Amino acid sequence: MRRAFADTRFGPPAVGVASLLLALALLEALIAAGVINGFIVPRPSQIIAAIPRIIVEEDVLDRFLQTALEALWASLLLTVVGIGLGMLLFRFRLLRLATETWVAALASAPVVLMYPLFLVIFGRSATTIVMIGFAAGLSPVILKTVEGFAGTRKVLLDVGRSFRLTNTQLFHKILLPAALPTIFVGLRLGLIFAMINIVGVEFLINFGGLGQLINELAERYDLPGTYGAIFFVVLVSVVFFFCAERIERWLRPGM
Amino acid sequence: MASSTVPRTTVVRSSAQPGGREEHALEVENIVKRFETAEGTVTAVDGFSLSVAPGEFLSVIGPSGCGKSTLFNIIGGLMGGYEGRVTVSGETISGTHPAIGMVFQEESTFPWRTVIENVAFPLEIIGMDKRARQMRARHFIAMVGLDGFELRFPSELSGGMRQRVSIARTLASEPRILLMDEPFAALDEQTRLLLGDKVLQIQQDLRQTTLLITHNITEAVQLSDRVLVMTYRPGRLKRVVKIDLPHPRDSEVISSDAFGRYVAEIWHDLRVEASLGMHEDESRARNEKSKR
Repeated sequence: MRRAFADTRFGPPAVGVASLLLALALLEALIAAGVINGFIVPRPSQIIAAIPRIIVEEDVLDRFLQTALEALWASLLLTVVGIGLGMLLFRFRLLRLATETWVAALASAPVVLMYPLFLVIFGRSATTIVMIGFAAGLSPVILKTVEGFAGTRKVLLDVGRSFRLTNTQLFHKILLPAALPTIFVGLRLGLIFAMINIVGVEFLINFGGLGQLINELAERYDLPGTYGAIFFVVLVSVVFFFCAERIERWLRPGM
Repeated sequence: MASSTVPRTTVVRSSAQPGGREEHALEVENIVKRFETAEGTVTAVDGFSLSVAPGEFLSVIGPSGCGKSTLFNIIGGLMGGYEGRVTVSGETISGTHPAIGMVFQEESTFPWRTVIENVAFPLEIIGMDKRARQMRARHFIAMVGLDGFELRFPSELSGGMRQRVSIARTLASEPRILLMDEPFAALDEQTRLLLGDKVLQIQQDLRQTTLLITHNITEAVQLSDRVLVMTYRPGRLKRVVKIDLPHPRDSEVISSDAFGRYVAEIWHDLRVEASLGMHEDESRARNEKSKR
Protein backbone atom coordinates (compact mmCIF):
# COMPACT_ATOMS: atom_id res chain seq x y z
CA MET A 1 0.00 0.00 0.00
CA ARG A 2 1.31 3.50 -0.82
CA ARG A 3 2.38 5.61 2.10
CA ALA A 4 0.29 8.70 2.68
CA PHE A 5 2.06 11.93 1.66
CA ALA A 6 1.65 13.21 5.23
CA ASP A 7 3.71 10.26 6.50
CA THR A 8 6.69 10.85 4.21
CA ARG A 9 9.79 12.57 5.56
CA PHE A 10 9.71 15.59 3.27
CA GLY A 11 5.95 15.82 2.64
CA PRO A 12 4.89 18.06 5.57
CA PRO A 13 7.91 20.47 5.32
CA ALA A 14 7.35 20.77 1.55
CA VAL A 15 3.66 21.63 2.08
CA GLY A 16 4.71 24.13 4.79
CA VAL A 17 7.15 25.94 2.50
CA ALA A 18 4.66 25.87 -0.38
CA SER A 19 1.94 27.38 1.86
CA LEU A 20 4.29 30.16 3.00
CA LEU A 21 5.28 30.98 -0.58
CA LEU A 22 1.63 30.99 -1.61
CA ALA A 23 0.73 33.38 1.24
CA LEU A 24 3.61 35.71 0.30
CA ALA A 25 2.61 35.64 -3.38
CA LEU A 26 -0.99 36.44 -2.40
CA LEU A 27 0.17 39.34 -0.21
CA GLU A 28 2.39 40.62 -3.03
CA ALA A 29 -0.55 40.50 -5.43
CA LEU A 30 -2.92 42.25 -2.99
CA ILE A 31 -0.42 45.07 -2.39
CA ALA A 32 0.29 45.39 -6.12
CA ALA A 33 -3.45 45.60 -6.78
CA GLY A 34 -3.79 48.34 -4.14
CA VAL A 35 -6.09 46.28 -1.89
CA ILE A 36 -3.51 46.61 0.91
CA ASN A 37 -1.75 49.93 1.38
CA GLY A 38 1.90 49.50 0.27
CA PHE A 39 3.01 52.42 2.49
CA ILE A 40 1.93 50.53 5.61
CA VAL A 41 2.71 46.97 4.58
CA PRO A 42 5.77 46.58 2.35
CA ARG A 43 5.75 44.00 -0.44
CA PRO A 44 7.31 40.62 0.46
CA SER A 45 9.74 41.13 -2.46
CA GLN A 46 10.89 44.42 -0.87
CA ILE A 47 11.35 42.71 2.51
CA ILE A 48 13.41 39.93 0.92
CA ALA A 49 15.50 42.54 -0.92
CA ALA A 50 16.07 44.43 2.37
CA ILE A 51 17.48 41.38 4.19
CA PRO A 52 21.00 41.45 2.60
CA ARG A 53 21.11 45.23 3.20
CA ILE A 54 20.30 45.00 6.93
CA ILE A 55 22.73 42.10 7.31
CA VAL A 56 25.56 44.29 5.94
CA GLU A 57 24.56 47.73 7.24
CA GLU A 58 22.81 46.94 10.55
CA ASP A 59 24.96 44.20 12.05
CA VAL A 60 22.01 41.81 12.07
CA LEU A 61 24.09 38.72 12.79
CA ASP A 62 25.58 40.22 15.98
CA ARG A 63 22.16 41.38 17.09
CA PHE A 64 20.70 37.97 16.20
CA LEU A 65 23.32 36.30 18.40
CA GLN A 66 22.67 38.73 21.25
CA THR A 67 18.90 38.09 21.22
CA ALA A 68 19.53 34.34 20.83
CA LEU A 69 21.93 34.40 23.79
CA GLU A 70 19.40 36.24 25.95
CA ALA A 71 16.73 33.73 24.89
CA LEU A 72 19.12 30.88 25.73
CA TRP A 73 19.77 32.21 29.24
CA ALA A 74 16.05 32.75 29.78
CA SER A 75 15.32 29.18 28.58
CA LEU A 76 17.97 27.73 30.89
CA LEU A 77 16.49 29.62 33.83
CA LEU A 78 13.00 28.51 32.81
CA THR A 79 14.13 24.89 32.61
CA VAL A 80 15.91 24.84 35.96
CA VAL A 81 13.66 27.11 38.03
CA GLY A 82 10.35 26.45 36.25
CA ILE A 83 10.62 22.66 36.29
CA GLY A 84 12.03 22.79 39.83
CA LEU A 85 9.09 24.83 41.10
CA GLY A 86 6.68 22.59 39.19
CA MET A 87 8.16 19.54 40.90
CA LEU A 88 7.83 21.24 44.27
CA LEU A 89 4.18 22.08 43.65
CA PHE A 90 3.51 18.51 42.52
CA ARG A 91 5.25 17.07 45.58
CA PHE A 92 3.46 19.27 48.12
CA ARG A 93 -0.25 19.24 47.41
CA LEU A 94 -1.06 21.97 49.92
CA LEU A 95 1.44 24.28 48.26
CA ARG A 96 -0.07 23.47 44.86
CA LEU A 97 -3.64 24.13 45.97
CA ALA A 98 -2.55 27.34 47.69
CA THR A 99 -0.58 28.82 44.79
CA GLU A 100 -1.78 27.29 41.52
CA THR A 101 -4.30 30.07 40.85
CA TRP A 102 -1.65 32.71 41.47
CA VAL A 103 0.78 31.01 39.15
CA ALA A 104 -1.91 30.82 36.46
CA ALA A 105 -2.72 34.51 37.00
CA LEU A 106 0.95 35.35 36.45
CA ALA A 107 0.62 34.06 32.86
CA SER A 108 -1.82 36.86 32.00
CA ALA A 109 0.14 39.59 33.80
CA PRO A 110 1.77 42.10 31.43
CA VAL A 111 5.27 41.46 32.81
CA VAL A 112 6.83 43.62 30.10
CA LEU A 113 5.26 46.72 31.66
CA MET A 114 7.25 46.09 34.81
CA TYR A 115 10.48 46.88 32.97
CA PRO A 116 11.16 50.04 35.03
CA LEU A 117 11.27 47.90 38.17
CA PHE A 118 13.66 45.44 36.53
CA LEU A 119 15.79 48.39 35.31
CA VAL A 120 16.07 49.61 38.90
CA ILE A 121 17.05 46.12 40.13
CA PHE A 122 19.37 44.96 37.32
CA GLY A 123 20.31 48.21 35.54
CA ARG A 124 20.15 48.83 31.78
CA SER A 125 21.73 45.50 30.87
CA ALA A 126 21.13 42.17 29.21
CA THR A 127 20.34 40.76 32.69
CA THR A 128 17.19 42.91 32.83
CA ILE A 129 16.09 41.56 29.45
CA VAL A 130 16.82 37.94 30.43
CA MET A 131 15.01 38.30 33.77
CA ILE A 132 11.91 39.81 32.17
CA GLY A 133 11.89 37.02 29.58
CA PHE A 134 12.27 34.47 32.37
CA ALA A 135 9.50 36.00 34.52
CA ALA A 136 7.14 36.11 31.53
CA GLY A 137 7.72 32.46 30.60
CA LEU A 138 7.75 30.99 34.11
CA SER A 139 4.05 30.39 34.60
CA PRO A 140 3.37 27.92 31.74
CA VAL A 141 6.50 25.93 32.58
CA ILE A 142 5.42 25.50 36.22
CA LEU A 143 1.82 24.66 35.37
CA LYS A 144 2.69 22.18 32.63
CA THR A 145 5.30 20.51 34.82
CA VAL A 146 2.69 19.96 37.53
CA GLU A 147 0.23 18.72 34.91
CA GLY A 148 2.82 16.35 33.43
CA PHE A 149 3.68 14.72 36.75
CA ALA A 150 0.08 14.61 37.98
CA GLY A 151 -1.07 13.13 34.67
CA THR A 152 1.27 10.14 34.80
CA ARG A 153 -0.86 7.02 34.38
CA LYS A 154 -1.30 5.23 37.71
CA VAL A 155 -0.67 1.84 36.13
CA LEU A 156 2.88 2.88 35.16
CA LEU A 157 3.59 3.82 38.76
CA ASP A 158 2.02 0.52 39.89
CA VAL A 159 4.39 -1.33 37.54
CA GLY A 160 7.29 0.50 39.18
CA ARG A 161 6.01 -0.33 42.65
CA SER A 162 5.50 -3.97 41.70
CA PHE A 163 9.20 -4.08 40.75
CA ARG A 164 9.98 -2.49 44.13
CA LEU A 165 11.50 0.73 42.80
CA THR A 166 12.71 3.25 45.35
CA ASN A 167 11.10 6.70 45.27
CA THR A 168 14.16 8.10 43.46
CA GLN A 169 14.03 5.32 40.86
CA LEU A 170 10.29 5.82 40.49
CA PHE A 171 10.94 9.49 39.73
CA HIS A 172 13.85 9.01 37.32
CA LYS A 173 12.65 5.87 35.56
CA ILE A 174 8.91 6.51 35.33
CA LEU A 175 7.56 9.87 36.50
CA LEU A 176 10.03 12.08 34.67
CA PRO A 177 9.99 10.32 31.27
CA ALA A 178 6.19 10.02 31.44
CA ALA A 179 5.84 13.74 32.20
CA LEU A 180 8.41 14.96 29.66
CA PRO A 181 6.07 15.55 26.69
CA THR A 182 3.82 17.81 28.80
CA ILE A 183 6.83 19.54 30.38
CA PHE A 184 8.15 20.30 26.89
CA VAL A 185 4.80 21.80 25.92
CA GLY A 186 5.25 24.13 28.91
CA LEU A 187 8.83 24.91 27.90
CA ARG A 188 7.75 25.78 24.35
CA LEU A 189 4.98 28.04 25.65
CA GLY A 190 7.41 29.60 28.12
CA LEU A 191 9.87 30.20 25.32
CA ILE A 192 7.22 31.94 23.23
CA PHE A 193 6.34 34.26 26.14
CA ALA A 194 10.04 34.82 26.86
CA MET A 195 10.87 35.68 23.22
CA ILE A 196 8.00 38.18 22.92
CA ASN A 197 9.13 39.90 26.11
CA ILE A 198 12.86 39.80 25.31
CA VAL A 199 12.35 41.51 21.95
CA GLY A 200 9.77 43.85 23.50
CA VAL A 201 12.14 44.99 26.25
CA GLU A 202 15.05 45.36 23.81
CA PHE A 203 12.69 47.60 21.84
CA LEU A 204 11.54 49.56 24.91
CA ILE A 205 14.89 50.17 26.58
CA ASN A 206 16.73 50.43 23.26
CA PHE A 207 19.39 48.00 24.39
CA GLY A 208 21.15 45.73 21.84
CA GLY A 209 19.59 42.78 19.99
CA LEU A 210 16.95 42.58 17.32
CA GLY A 211 14.37 44.53 19.35
CA GLN A 212 16.59 47.62 19.31
CA LEU A 213 17.15 47.19 15.56
CA ILE A 214 13.39 46.98 14.94
CA ASN A 215 12.99 50.18 16.99
CA GLU A 216 15.70 52.01 15.00
CA LEU A 217 14.40 50.88 11.60
CA ALA A 218 10.81 51.77 12.52
CA GLU A 219 11.96 55.23 13.67
CA ARG A 220 13.55 55.70 10.24
CA TYR A 221 10.32 54.46 8.62
CA ASP A 222 12.36 51.73 6.90
CA LEU A 223 9.44 49.32 6.73
CA PRO A 224 11.06 46.62 4.53
CA GLY A 225 14.05 46.69 6.93
CA THR A 226 11.73 46.51 9.98
CA TYR A 227 9.92 43.46 8.61
CA GLY A 228 13.29 41.97 7.59
CA ALA A 229 14.45 42.33 11.22
CA ILE A 230 11.20 40.71 12.42
CA PHE A 231 12.03 37.81 10.11
CA PHE A 232 15.24 37.31 12.14
CA VAL A 233 13.22 37.31 15.39
CA VAL A 234 11.12 34.52 13.91
CA LEU A 235 14.35 32.78 12.94
CA VAL A 236 15.54 32.84 16.58
CA SER A 237 12.27 31.17 17.61
CA VAL A 238 12.59 28.59 14.83
CA VAL A 239 16.13 27.71 15.96
CA PHE A 240 15.01 27.35 19.58
CA PHE A 241 11.96 25.30 18.69
CA PHE A 242 14.06 23.03 16.49
CA CYS A 243 16.59 22.51 19.31
CA ALA A 244 13.81 21.91 21.87
CA GLU A 245 12.26 19.28 19.61
CA ARG A 246 15.62 17.53 19.12
CA ILE A 247 16.31 17.50 22.86
CA GLU A 248 12.81 16.17 23.55
CA ARG A 249 13.23 13.35 21.02
CA TRP A 250 16.61 12.50 22.53
CA LEU A 251 15.28 12.48 26.09
CA ARG A 252 11.97 10.84 25.28
CA PRO A 253 12.21 8.48 22.30
CA GLY A 254 9.26 6.49 20.99
CA MET A 255 6.91 9.41 20.41
CA MET B 1 -16.90 -32.49 37.22
CA ALA B 2 -15.49 -31.68 40.63
CA SER B 3 -16.96 -28.75 42.39
CA SER B 4 -17.80 -27.76 45.93
CA THR B 5 -19.47 -24.94 47.77
CA VAL B 6 -17.06 -23.44 50.27
CA PRO B 7 -17.89 -21.47 53.43
CA ARG B 8 -16.54 -17.97 53.14
CA THR B 9 -13.93 -18.21 55.88
CA THR B 10 -12.50 -21.57 54.83
CA VAL B 11 -9.06 -21.62 53.24
CA VAL B 12 -9.46 -23.44 49.96
CA ARG B 13 -6.70 -26.00 49.82
CA SER B 14 -5.14 -26.74 46.50
CA SER B 15 -6.42 -29.91 44.96
CA ALA B 16 -3.01 -30.42 43.36
CA GLN B 17 -1.59 -31.29 46.75
CA PRO B 18 -4.29 -32.68 48.97
CA GLY B 19 -3.93 -32.55 52.73
CA GLY B 20 -3.33 -29.63 55.03
CA ARG B 21 0.45 -29.79 55.60
CA GLU B 22 1.85 -29.10 52.14
CA GLU B 23 3.52 -25.77 51.47
CA HIS B 24 1.54 -23.49 49.25
CA ALA B 25 3.15 -21.08 46.86
CA LEU B 26 0.60 -18.49 47.83
CA GLU B 27 -1.96 -18.40 50.59
CA VAL B 28 -4.55 -15.71 51.23
CA GLU B 29 -6.35 -15.98 54.55
CA ASN B 30 -9.57 -14.34 55.53
CA ILE B 31 -9.03 -11.04 53.74
CA VAL B 32 -11.42 -8.24 54.65
CA LYS B 33 -11.14 -4.87 52.96
CA ARG B 34 -13.39 -1.90 53.67
CA PHE B 35 -13.49 1.49 51.98
CA GLU B 36 -14.81 4.69 53.48
CA THR B 37 -17.08 6.46 50.98
CA ALA B 38 -19.47 9.42 51.10
CA GLU B 39 -22.34 6.90 51.55
CA GLY B 40 -20.58 5.16 54.45
CA THR B 41 -18.34 2.12 54.84
CA VAL B 42 -18.35 -0.27 51.89
CA THR B 43 -16.99 -3.78 52.38
CA ALA B 44 -15.31 -4.72 49.10
CA VAL B 45 -13.88 -8.10 50.12
CA ASP B 46 -15.22 -10.07 53.07
CA GLY B 47 -13.40 -13.05 54.51
CA PHE B 48 -11.87 -14.23 51.26
CA SER B 49 -9.37 -17.06 51.38
CA LEU B 50 -7.51 -19.12 48.83
CA SER B 51 -4.33 -21.08 48.38
CA VAL B 52 -2.36 -21.84 45.25
CA ALA B 53 -0.06 -24.86 44.93
CA PRO B 54 3.32 -24.54 43.22
CA GLY B 55 2.85 -24.73 39.45
CA GLU B 56 -0.92 -24.42 39.66
CA PHE B 57 -3.00 -22.11 37.45
CA LEU B 58 -5.82 -20.69 39.53
CA SER B 59 -8.45 -18.23 38.35
CA VAL B 60 -10.66 -16.00 40.44
CA ILE B 61 -13.81 -15.04 38.59
CA GLY B 62 -16.58 -12.70 39.60
CA PRO B 63 -18.92 -10.01 38.29
CA SER B 64 -17.81 -6.39 37.90
CA GLY B 65 -17.58 -4.66 41.25
CA CYS B 66 -17.07 -7.82 43.32
CA GLY B 67 -13.65 -6.74 44.59
CA LYS B 68 -11.47 -8.73 42.16
CA SER B 69 -9.09 -5.84 41.49
CA THR B 70 -9.00 -5.01 45.22
CA LEU B 71 -7.90 -8.59 45.82
CA PHE B 72 -5.29 -8.29 43.06
CA ASN B 73 -3.88 -5.12 44.63
CA ILE B 74 -3.83 -6.66 48.11
CA ILE B 75 -2.03 -9.82 46.99
CA GLY B 76 0.38 -7.78 44.86
CA GLY B 77 1.15 -5.54 47.82
CA LEU B 78 -0.13 -2.34 46.22
CA MET B 79 -2.95 -1.91 48.73
CA GLY B 80 -2.73 -1.93 52.50
CA GLY B 81 -5.22 -1.35 55.30
CA TYR B 82 -6.89 -4.77 55.16
CA GLU B 83 -7.57 -7.52 57.66
CA GLY B 84 -6.25 -11.02 57.09
CA ARG B 85 -2.97 -12.40 55.87
CA VAL B 86 -1.13 -13.02 52.60
CA THR B 87 1.71 -15.57 52.70
CA VAL B 88 4.22 -16.62 50.07
CA SER B 89 5.72 -20.06 50.71
CA GLY B 90 4.70 -19.72 54.34
CA GLU B 91 6.19 -16.24 54.81
CA THR B 92 3.69 -13.52 55.70
CA ILE B 93 4.14 -10.54 53.40
CA SER B 94 3.04 -6.94 53.49
CA GLY B 95 3.72 -4.70 50.54
CA THR B 96 5.24 -5.79 47.25
CA HIS B 97 7.31 -8.97 47.22
CA PRO B 98 9.95 -10.09 44.69
CA ALA B 99 8.28 -13.51 44.47
CA ILE B 100 5.14 -11.96 42.98
CA GLY B 101 5.15 -10.59 39.44
CA MET B 102 2.14 -8.55 38.37
CA VAL B 103 0.54 -8.17 34.95
CA PHE B 104 -2.00 -5.36 34.81
CA GLN B 105 -5.32 -5.05 33.00
CA GLU B 106 -4.45 -1.62 31.64
CA GLU B 107 -1.82 -1.21 28.93
CA SER B 108 1.34 -0.75 30.98
CA THR B 109 4.36 -0.76 28.68
CA PHE B 110 6.65 2.25 28.95
CA PRO B 111 6.10 4.15 25.68
CA TRP B 112 9.57 5.74 25.80
CA ARG B 113 11.32 2.36 25.88
CA THR B 114 11.74 -0.14 23.07
CA VAL B 115 10.42 -3.68 23.49
CA ILE B 116 13.79 -4.96 24.67
CA GLU B 117 14.26 -2.03 27.04
CA ASN B 118 10.78 -2.62 28.45
CA VAL B 119 11.42 -6.32 29.03
CA ALA B 120 14.87 -5.63 30.50
CA PHE B 121 13.44 -3.02 32.89
CA PRO B 122 13.26 -5.18 36.05
CA LEU B 123 16.78 -6.48 35.34
CA GLU B 124 18.05 -2.91 34.98
CA ILE B 125 16.52 -2.10 38.37
CA ILE B 126 18.38 -4.92 40.09
CA GLY B 127 21.62 -3.66 38.52
CA MET B 128 22.30 -6.41 35.99
CA ASP B 129 24.83 -5.30 33.35
CA LYS B 130 23.49 -4.28 29.96
CA ARG B 131 24.78 -7.24 27.97
CA ALA B 132 23.43 -9.85 30.37
CA ARG B 133 20.05 -8.18 30.75
CA GLN B 134 19.61 -7.81 27.00
CA MET B 135 20.37 -11.50 26.55
CA ARG B 136 17.83 -12.41 29.23
CA ALA B 137 15.29 -10.02 27.79
CA ARG B 138 15.70 -11.56 24.32
CA HIS B 139 14.93 -14.98 25.81
CA PHE B 140 11.62 -13.79 27.27
CA ILE B 141 10.76 -11.80 24.14
CA ALA B 142 11.17 -15.00 22.13
CA MET B 143 9.07 -16.84 24.70
CA VAL B 144 6.09 -14.54 24.07
CA GLY B 145 6.68 -14.76 20.31
CA LEU B 146 7.91 -11.23 19.72
CA ASP B 147 11.37 -11.96 18.36
CA GLY B 148 12.15 -9.51 15.57
CA PHE B 149 10.32 -6.69 17.38
CA GLU B 150 13.03 -5.98 19.97
CA LEU B 151 13.81 -2.48 18.73
CA ARG B 152 10.22 -1.38 18.13
CA PHE B 153 8.49 1.08 20.43
CA PRO B 154 5.09 0.16 21.96
CA SER B 155 3.38 2.75 19.74
CA GLU B 156 4.40 0.59 16.77
CA LEU B 157 2.73 -2.55 18.18
CA SER B 158 -0.85 -3.81 18.42
CA GLY B 159 -2.69 -4.06 21.77
CA GLY B 160 -2.09 -7.82 21.97
CA MET B 161 1.62 -7.41 21.25
CA ARG B 162 1.94 -4.72 23.94
CA GLN B 163 0.28 -7.01 26.46
CA ARG B 164 2.77 -9.72 25.51
CA VAL B 165 5.58 -7.21 26.17
CA SER B 166 4.09 -6.61 29.64
CA ILE B 167 3.93 -10.36 30.30
CA ALA B 168 7.54 -10.82 29.11
CA ARG B 169 8.65 -7.92 31.32
CA THR B 170 7.05 -9.52 34.36
CA LEU B 171 8.46 -12.96 33.47
CA ALA B 172 11.94 -11.42 33.10
CA SER B 173 11.92 -10.65 36.82
CA GLU B 174 11.46 -14.42 37.30
CA PRO B 175 8.70 -14.28 39.90
CA ARG B 176 7.68 -17.47 41.66
CA ILE B 177 4.06 -16.40 41.35
CA LEU B 178 2.52 -14.68 38.33
CA LEU B 179 -0.43 -12.50 39.30
CA MET B 180 -2.56 -11.29 36.39
CA ASP B 181 -5.51 -8.89 36.53
CA GLU B 182 -7.71 -9.34 33.45
CA PRO B 183 -4.69 -9.05 31.18
CA PHE B 184 -6.71 -9.68 28.02
CA ALA B 185 -9.72 -7.51 28.89
CA ALA B 186 -8.93 -4.85 26.28
CA LEU B 187 -8.35 -7.35 23.46
CA ASP B 188 -10.69 -8.84 20.87
CA GLU B 189 -11.92 -12.41 21.36
CA GLN B 190 -9.61 -14.03 18.78
CA THR B 191 -6.49 -12.32 20.13
CA ARG B 192 -7.63 -13.21 23.62
CA LEU B 193 -7.85 -16.93 22.75
CA LEU B 194 -4.49 -16.96 20.98
CA LEU B 195 -2.82 -15.03 23.78
CA GLY B 196 -4.42 -17.48 26.23
CA ASP B 197 -2.66 -20.29 24.32
CA LYS B 198 0.61 -18.42 24.66
CA VAL B 199 0.18 -17.86 28.40
CA LEU B 200 -0.80 -21.51 28.90
CA GLN B 201 2.22 -22.70 26.94
CA ILE B 202 4.55 -20.48 29.00
CA GLN B 203 2.89 -21.58 32.23
CA GLN B 204 3.31 -25.22 31.27
CA ASP B 205 6.93 -24.72 30.13
CA LEU B 206 7.97 -22.82 33.26
CA ARG B 207 5.61 -24.60 35.66
CA GLN B 208 4.78 -21.07 36.70
CA THR B 209 2.40 -20.68 39.62
CA THR B 210 -0.26 -18.36 38.25
CA LEU B 211 -3.21 -16.53 39.74
CA LEU B 212 -5.52 -14.97 37.18
CA ILE B 213 -8.20 -12.44 38.12
CA THR B 214 -10.85 -12.30 35.42
CA HIS B 215 -14.50 -11.82 34.60
CA ASN B 216 -14.27 -13.94 31.47
CA ILE B 217 -15.59 -17.49 31.97
CA THR B 218 -14.13 -18.91 28.73
CA GLU B 219 -10.71 -17.55 29.61
CA ALA B 220 -10.89 -18.94 33.14
CA VAL B 221 -11.89 -22.44 32.00
CA GLN B 222 -9.43 -22.47 29.08
CA LEU B 223 -6.46 -21.65 31.30
CA SER B 224 -7.10 -22.88 34.81
CA ASP B 225 -6.67 -25.93 36.97
CA ARG B 226 -9.22 -24.47 39.38
CA VAL B 227 -11.68 -21.60 39.18
CA LEU B 228 -12.88 -19.73 42.28
CA VAL B 229 -16.21 -17.97 41.84
CA MET B 230 -16.75 -14.76 43.84
CA THR B 231 -20.01 -13.28 45.01
CA TYR B 232 -21.09 -9.77 44.11
CA ARG B 233 -20.25 -7.09 46.71
CA PRO B 234 -18.97 -7.83 49.26
CA GLY B 235 -16.62 -10.22 47.47
CA ARG B 236 -16.77 -13.63 49.11
CA LEU B 237 -15.83 -17.07 47.91
CA LYS B 238 -18.93 -18.70 46.48
CA ARG B 239 -17.70 -21.88 44.86
CA VAL B 240 -14.60 -23.73 43.68
CA VAL B 241 -14.65 -25.53 40.35
CA LYS B 242 -11.86 -27.94 39.54
CA ILE B 243 -11.20 -28.00 35.78
CA ASP B 244 -10.42 -31.57 34.75
CA LEU B 245 -9.54 -30.87 31.15
CA PRO B 246 -6.46 -32.61 29.72
CA HIS B 247 -3.00 -31.01 29.62
CA PRO B 248 -1.24 -29.78 27.51
CA ARG B 249 -4.19 -27.60 26.64
CA ASP B 250 -4.80 -24.97 23.97
CA SER B 251 -7.72 -22.92 22.65
CA GLU B 252 -9.01 -25.98 20.70
CA VAL B 253 -10.32 -27.16 24.05
CA ILE B 254 -13.19 -24.68 23.84
CA SER B 255 -14.92 -26.90 21.29
CA SER B 256 -15.12 -29.87 23.66
CA ASP B 257 -18.33 -30.86 25.46
CA ALA B 258 -16.60 -30.85 28.84
CA PHE B 259 -15.50 -27.26 28.29
CA GLY B 260 -19.07 -26.24 27.55
CA ARG B 261 -20.29 -27.95 30.71
CA TYR B 262 -17.72 -26.12 32.86
CA VAL B 263 -18.67 -22.80 31.30
CA ALA B 264 -22.37 -23.50 31.90
CA GLU B 265 -21.73 -24.54 35.49
CA ILE B 266 -19.73 -21.43 36.30
CA TRP B 267 -22.22 -19.20 34.51
CA HIS B 268 -25.02 -20.73 36.55
CA ASP B 269 -23.34 -19.42 39.72
CA LEU B 270 -22.09 -16.21 38.22
CA ARG B 271 -25.40 -15.25 36.68
CA VAL B 272 -27.02 -14.68 40.06
CA GLU B 273 -24.12 -12.49 41.17
CA ALA B 274 -23.92 -10.56 37.90
CA SER B 275 -27.70 -9.90 38.08
CA LEU B 276 -27.29 -8.54 41.61
CA GLY B 277 -24.57 -6.21 40.36
CA MET B 278 -26.66 -5.08 37.41
CA HIS B 279 -29.71 -4.35 39.61
CA GLU B 280 -27.59 -2.43 42.09
CA ASP B 281 -26.05 -0.34 39.29
CA GLU B 282 -29.53 0.40 37.93
CA SER B 283 -30.95 1.42 41.29
CA ARG B 284 -27.90 3.60 41.98
CA ALA B 285 -28.34 5.32 38.62
CA ARG B 286 -32.06 5.81 39.37
CA ASN B 287 -31.28 7.29 42.79
CA GLU B 288 -28.70 9.66 41.34
CA LYS B 289 -31.16 10.78 38.68
CA SER B 290 -33.91 11.44 41.28
CA LYS B 291 -31.42 13.40 43.44
CA ARG B 292 -30.69 15.66 40.46
